Amino acid sequence: MLGLMVAGEGERMIMDFSLDREEEMVREMVREFAEREIAPIAAEMDEKGRIPEELVKKMSRYNFWGIPIPQEYGGAGASYLSYIIAMEELARVCAALEVACETHTSLCAEPIYHYGTEEQKRKYLAPLARGETIGGFALTEPNAGSDAGALETTAVLDGDTWVLNGTKIFITNALLADIFVVMAKTDRSQGIKGISAFLVEKGTPGFAVGLPEKTLGIRASAVAELVFDDCRIPRENILGKPGEGFRLAMASLDGGRIGIAAQAVGIAQAAHEAAVKYARERKQFGRSIGRFQAIQWMIADMATEIQAARLLTYQAAYRRGRGLNHTKEAAMAKLYASEMAMRHTVKALQVHGGYGYMTDYPVERYLRDAKITEIYEGTSEVQRMVIAGNILR
Amino acid sequence: MTVTVERSACTGCGVCVEACPFEAIEIVHGIAWISPACTDCSACVEKCPEGALSQPADQVQGEKPRARWEGVWVLAEQRHGNLARVSRELLAEGRRLADELQVQVAAVLVGDQVADLAQDLLWSGADTVYLVEDEALANYRTGPYATACTRLIEKYRPEIILVGATHLGRDLAPRIAARLGTGLTADCTALDLDPETRLLLQTRPAFGGNLMATITCPNHRPQMATVRPGTFTPATPDPKRTGRVVREEVEFAPSDLVLQVVQYVRKPSQGGGIENTEFLVAGGRGVGGREGFALLQELADALGGEVAGSRAAVEAGWVSKERQVGQTGKTVRPRLYLACGISGAIQHVAGMQGSEWVVAVNKNPEAPIFQVADFGIVGDYRLVVKELLEALQESNTAYRKRSTG
Amino acid sequence: MRIIVCIKQVPDTSQVRIDPKKGTLIRQGVPSIINPEDKHALEEALRIKERCQGEVTVVTMGPPQAEKALREALAMGGDRAVLLTDRAFAGSDTHATAQVLAAAVRKIRDWDLVLCGRQAIDGDTAQVGPQLAEYLGVPQVTYACKLHLEDGCLVAERALEDGFEKVKTRLPALVTVTEEINSPRYPSIRGIVQAVKMEIITWNSRDLGIEQGQAGLDGSPTKVNKTYTPKPRGEGEVIPGSPGEAARALLARLRERKVI
Repeated sequence: MLGLMVAGEGERMIMDFSLDREEEMVREMVREFAEREIAPIAAEMDEKGRIPEELVKKMSRYNFWGIPIPQEYGGAGASYLSYIIAMEELARVCAALEVACETHTSLCAEPIYHYGTEEQKRKYLAPLARGETIGGFALTEPNAGSDAGALETTAVLDGDTWVLNGTKIFITNALLADIFVVMAKTDRSQGIKGISAFLVEKGTPGFAVGLPEKTLGIRASAVAELVFDDCRIPRENILGKPGEGFRLAMASLDGGRIGIAAQAVGIAQAAHEAAVKYARERKQFGRSIGRFQAIQWMIADMATEIQAARLLTYQAAYRRGRGLNHTKEAAMAKLYASEMAMRHTVKALQVHGGYGYMTDYPVERYLRDAKITEIYEGTSEVQRMVIAGNILR
Repeated sequence: MTVTVERSACTGCGVCVEACPFEAIEIVHGIAWISPACTDCSACVEKCPEGALSQPADQVQGEKPRARWEGVWVLAEQRHGNLARVSRELLAEGRRLADELQVQVAAVLVGDQVADLAQDLLWSGADTVYLVEDEALANYRTGPYATACTRLIEKYRPEIILVGATHLGRDLAPRIAARLGTGLTADCTALDLDPETRLLLQTRPAFGGNLMATITCPNHRPQMATVRPGTFTPATPDPKRTGRVVREEVEFAPSDLVLQVVQYVRKPSQGGGIENTEFLVAGGRGVGGREGFALLQELADALGGEVAGSRAAVEAGWVSKERQVGQTGKTVRPRLYLACGISGAIQHVAGMQGSEWVVAVNKNPEAPIFQVADFGIVGDYRLVVKELLEALQESNTAYRKRSTG
Repeated sequence: MRIIVCIKQVPDTSQVRIDPKKGTLIRQGVPSIINPEDKHALEEALRIKERCQGEVTVVTMGPPQAEKALREALAMGGDRAVLLTDRAFAGSDTHATAQVLAAAVRKIRDWDLVLCGRQAIDGDTAQVGPQLAEYLGVPQVTYACKLHLEDGCLVAERALEDGFEKVKTRLPALVTVTEEINSPRYPSIRGIVQAVKMEIITWNSRDLGIEQGQAGLDGSPTKVNKTYTPKPRGEGEVIPGSPGEAARALLARLRERKVI
């Protein structure tokens, strides 16, 4: 591998843009699966607001729910970059399914892999990685959005059980998931250091899931609130040490943000391909609209910025896979890719003119799906805070 | 080695790279480099502006064809005592080739109690019918059929053998060719003779129909080809034609007979086959679903024809496999072929270009199907088909009014 | 049950287009894939293995790049892969290809069943299967659309133009399958991770005891004399107007020419 020193902060940046055989094969496989099994029902999933159970099962068979988890814990044991490429390809046909898979993997399976006890890994991680159960992640609350330290959900130790009380909102996979990583305050006197992470199974008494929210985009991934009302879970279901929750959440979100960046790249790629196809086919003033400079510029900008976002994303994935520091890189990838996706889904719709505004064409869905990438797992503003914080520290 | 490059003449212009259908040429250090993928097709040799590419002369190896190899044979196909139409098509073409070569045409008829089919073969152009009848041949089986045919071929040494490219013919012909160690060209769509060498020029589509290739078998005999049904027109049977029927006995080895036919199930096909209709209404990916095909069926019914589909439509499950037109489906030549929502990929065109009249309806004015159509309508096929149905109905009522009133 | 599956790496011909101006093939960006019907053969082999245990060996003849097809076959569940590659194999017709494959199958020695796809989408000949069966001296079943094993015998349904027939034969045997037989699985992601680490067995003409003149162009009885792109039919008439006007105008023209 060709290694180059790149100026700035003395960081060594690896410059080799070829994917290895595994990554290439994963991309081809996921693309074929996505185009044949998911694309034909993507619009219907969006309309009905649900992911069909059969599709979840079919994806289990091919290890979609445990791509970067080692094989000994039931995963595929693929590289982190393979996982991120797979997410990009899923998002290219269905952004909602991508976020279901990404949340499950980055925010539930991965934290258990990194912070869980051997017993927790065997009990919870293996079924998750095999896709037999689906995972979710509960951090956000009505009064704790970007300010994650302001959590109001509490967990109090009572003998051999933790008692959870509080409400979580906007929870991805709320309806689909069987197990959640839940953040709660175990020490209200401390700020973020008083937060701990817990594993809570659906069906535990005192744990209720609300009705699915009506959302602008990614409608198939039903988002809902979780309510904990004297919900008792076994003492051993704490994930990591008491007070380690915030660090665990932030480390998991570093990975999650790369997944959201991949989602944004996938959505933008789909929008770009639709725009190119339409620009070739659509005739106005006696020629295809792709011959007009106005359209050409939009297509060129789109292609360039998608590639830039993709490289940022792959770089962050590469660093995470290698165990290199990647908080800043993940934030940069997410920030750039999500804002890029928003700009270019708007342009792709514009290329389509009136037809793009109709639900017969998929571009309006791409636009609706793109917006959330600027919001969840840290808004663009939070990403800028993270990036600046890392530079100015 | 394959094509050779004259290094001093090659300018590295890359025309050959473009011309090569097999991606076998690269420009390496400014000079064309022929990779092992080269099939010696010569497409590059003709295109090279510098004349830098050449093919070494054919090396003669194996047995030189002996003068004794003579005559044109057709392996007749029968199932359960019914002669396949393709056999008569091949006899007509075999007749033409034999007349040009000034040799005789023979048909090989293999089966059990099939002697009465011999006359049909003589009337359709054969001079001689070689007949092998045996209980072991009652059902078609590769083993005994291949042995019977191979024995006769070794005994009488025909120079050309034509076989229908049917499921039966494509099972049998390669087995025979392998046993004889000779070449076989599959699914020919045209046959001709080289006037100088008397070689059979066998033309077939390759590369999914994107390319036509003319193939010869210069150093081995017999020259064998399978031919797609529907490629040639059979001669009208001539009851005045006479010829010989030569009965042959063939013994089979136990190994020929290990495979047993347990059961034969005839599938009741819905409606007639797509090969035997005057009017075909065909749909492709653009039809969008089964409902669309129901609409095409209405039009086919109104015309008294059948519905067909492209590979994409068949793969999507909108229309059954036996109705697939194209390179991997059937070759059709109806009087009218109405293509709806079919883009006209070359592999589809390969199966319908023999149609007498072609009409294309497609939303995309750039669709290649318009290049092979006599009439084209740019627009939504649903609207056009509905209008056609209405117009046909109107004229039917008008006609009925006229004839009754 | 020891099964050998013969596969071929082919360009995805459904993505090949013709340059309307130059009349040449546009191959740029056309991916290489496992021939579709060969994938069905592999799937059938994997299903037999899952039902009654055994081993699936995947064999291909081709350039070194054909390794990619073998890796995909391994990722789907093949146990081992053999690549037959040699410059001397280049330009082989079906006869020469079958000779090379036969030499490889003989070298593998222990096998009960060879499975192939009915035909490849770049050649569409359907000849290699039967020719290979002949060189191996075993019975063949072509166009198989259903397959099962019954007391050491193979029972298959063969598609015919007007129905199907059920045939029974002893093993060893060779079967070519159509796409109706099953629907192939995708490679799993875990399968991919394992497949990229597996060794690919590579044999050349010396390993196979293939003599000069037995394979490649020299070993091919058929020769490609010339190739050309088929001529388009010639531009027809585009009928303008609303769907209603166009439909009526079309019928008028067809009646005028006595088509209908």
